Amino acid sequence: MVTTDAPARPAPRPGPRPRGGARRPGTAHDLRSGRRAAPRPGGLAGAILVNAALVVAAIYFLLPVVWVLIAATKSPSQLYSTFGLWFSDAPQAWENLVRLFTQDDGAFSVWIVNSVVYSGVGALVATVIATAAGYAFAKYRFRGKEALFWTILGGVLVPATVIALPLYFLLNAVGLTGSYWSVLLPSMVSPFGVYLARIHANASVPDEVVEAARIDGAGDLRIFGSIATRMMTPAIVTIFLFQFVTIWNNYLLPLVMLSDTRRFPITLGLTLWNSQIQRDPAFTTLVVTGSAVSVVLLVVLMVSLQRFWKADLTAGATKG
Amino acid sequence: MTAIPAAEATRPARRRRPPAALWALLLPFLVMFAAFFIAPIVYAIVDSLFAQKSSGLGLAAPSREFVFLDNYMAALSNPSFVASLGRLVAFAAIEVPLMVVSALVLALLLGAGAARFPRVFRVTYFMPYGVPGVIAALLWGFLYVPATSPVLQLLSNVGIDLNPLSSDAVLFAIANIALWGFAGYNMLILIAALDAIPSDLYEAARLDGASEWRMIWSIKLPLIRPSIVLITLFTIIGTLQLFVEPLVLRPLTTAISSDYTPNLAAYNQAFSQGNPNLAAAMAVIVALLAFAFSALFIRLVNRKGNRAW
Repeated sequence: MVTTDAPARPAPRPGPRPRGGARRPGTAHDLRSGRRAAPRPGGLAGAILVNAALVVAAIYFLLPVVWVLIAATKSPSQLYSTFGLWFSDAPQAWENLVRLFTQDDGAFSVWIVNSVVYSGVGALVATVIATAAGYAFAKYRFRGKEALFWTILGGVLVPATVIALPLYFLLNAVGLTGSYWSVLLPSMVSPFGVYLARIHANASVPDEVVEAARIDGAGDLRIFGSIATRMMTPAIVTIFLFQFVTIWNNYLLPLVMLSDTRRFPITLGLTLWNSQIQRDPAFTTLVVTGSAVSVVLLVVLMVSLQRFWKADLTAGATKG
Repeated sequence: MTAIPAAEATRPARRRRPPAALWALLLPFLVMFAAFFIAPIVYAIVDSLFAQKSSGLGLAAPSREFVFLDNYMAALSNPSFVASLGRLVAFAAIEVPLMVVSALVLALLLGAGAARFPRVFRVTYFMPYGVPGVIAALLWGFLYVPATSPVLQLLSNVGIDLNPLSSDAVLFAIANIALWGFAGYNMLILIAALDAIPSDLYEAARLDGASEWRMIWSIKLPLIRPSIVLITLFTIIGTLQLFVEPLVLRPLTTAISSDYTPNLAAYNQAFSQGNPNLAAAMAVIVALLAFAFSALFIRLVNRKGNRAW
């Protein structure tokens, strides 16, 4: 981010993108290719140490998830009276789930749908316009290009509060606060997506291809729409996933914008219930079970799309 | 159209085409960016220079007056806001090194030849990135309270009584939540950089008899330096936005006040104290702090020049 390279050359540099095509030892698995060449000093003791550290780290990262999955099978009293990392004598996962989905007229399923809509639609539009802009930055020259690009990148550095609070007053002036749009529209802007798209367009869409298509008489938009986007597919999926998770995890924007609980995303809904625990401890189970369900949802999404996360961050350029 | 001089042909046609397609590609983003990034920032800056003045007994409608930097003065002379800024800096001092070092260690461990099942571990570490900060804070909240935390119970059984939510520890407790959520993501960025290192470098080093440590120190770290800089910068920015975690943990402890962080203070000013102008000034102060920290960090990094570290 700090060091963008001259657009013309496949940037070997910054962050979430490795060097361009040519050298790409076995698609992102070179961790393993490293291993293949492994047997060497350090030996057994070193290997045990490394793997022990990895296991300890895994326990750390899994702990809250395992806890919440187990806790979701307990009644409020069991939550406080039984050991947190093992099941109680009378697990009641089903009852908890039924309650979760029936509480407040099925509010939880509404929140899930809302979250999916905000994240899905927001990320989709964000991806389309960020990819187009990134491609334009990579393949065209125009005056003020670099200044404009850096302004956009500067947007990544601006804290979300500085955006969200004034945005409330701005959207309030045009009567949009409280609507789906108040969350959707701001979610459609991904400066980081433009950055990723520019780098990937540089690396994976050769100028020669663009040129050849032009000579064949293809219009610029058609070249982008049917040739470049195909070559940039891994990057596009990545941009989508990042934006999806960013919107899914967002809390401040919906908190500021929404007041009708039927429009809440999951994050806001769960904190709403959480705030009622002191009034009614039964809400604890709802919060715990709801957290468990939403964690499972996203973890399934992330693990099943794992190869695209890799595509984004590691596979980088297509064969150059 | 196709008859371009050969010299021209190598220089892509972008030059001679009218920029209509360019604008079609660029404008949608620019319009959205202007509306949802630039406009709010400008609005915040302008708003921070004004104040609502109610006249006399407050019977007439309040008027909007230009007060220049008064809101900034008010914010910076408010002891609890200044305290929250100090807390934020302290938090960054804990969180940034913790995050960067953890991500680096994880990436290097996974890249070590000895690692078994690196893909399984990698997904495991990355997974919390998909858990919203609010939910992460809720979960850790349960793990920070002795009544529900198996960890604290186990520790207490062996005679260690910890209270992560005490006023001494709560910053660390918050840092841990952020670490849990983002370490794997940062690790992934570093792994991408490590993967891009040509393997012949390792082979050459190995032939020269370099130890594993030596290779980390002299090959891996210098070559992934830009990515380390990147994640450090992201962590600094993220750190200064601290908002959700203290908000969620607040009901569990008295150590977190309603204006614990500048962002919480700004939020309160805007929505419960009804002073959006002061809130805007506070938000701008946080943004300036973020820029100052980023700029300072970049300068520090650049001063060391191209030499590895």
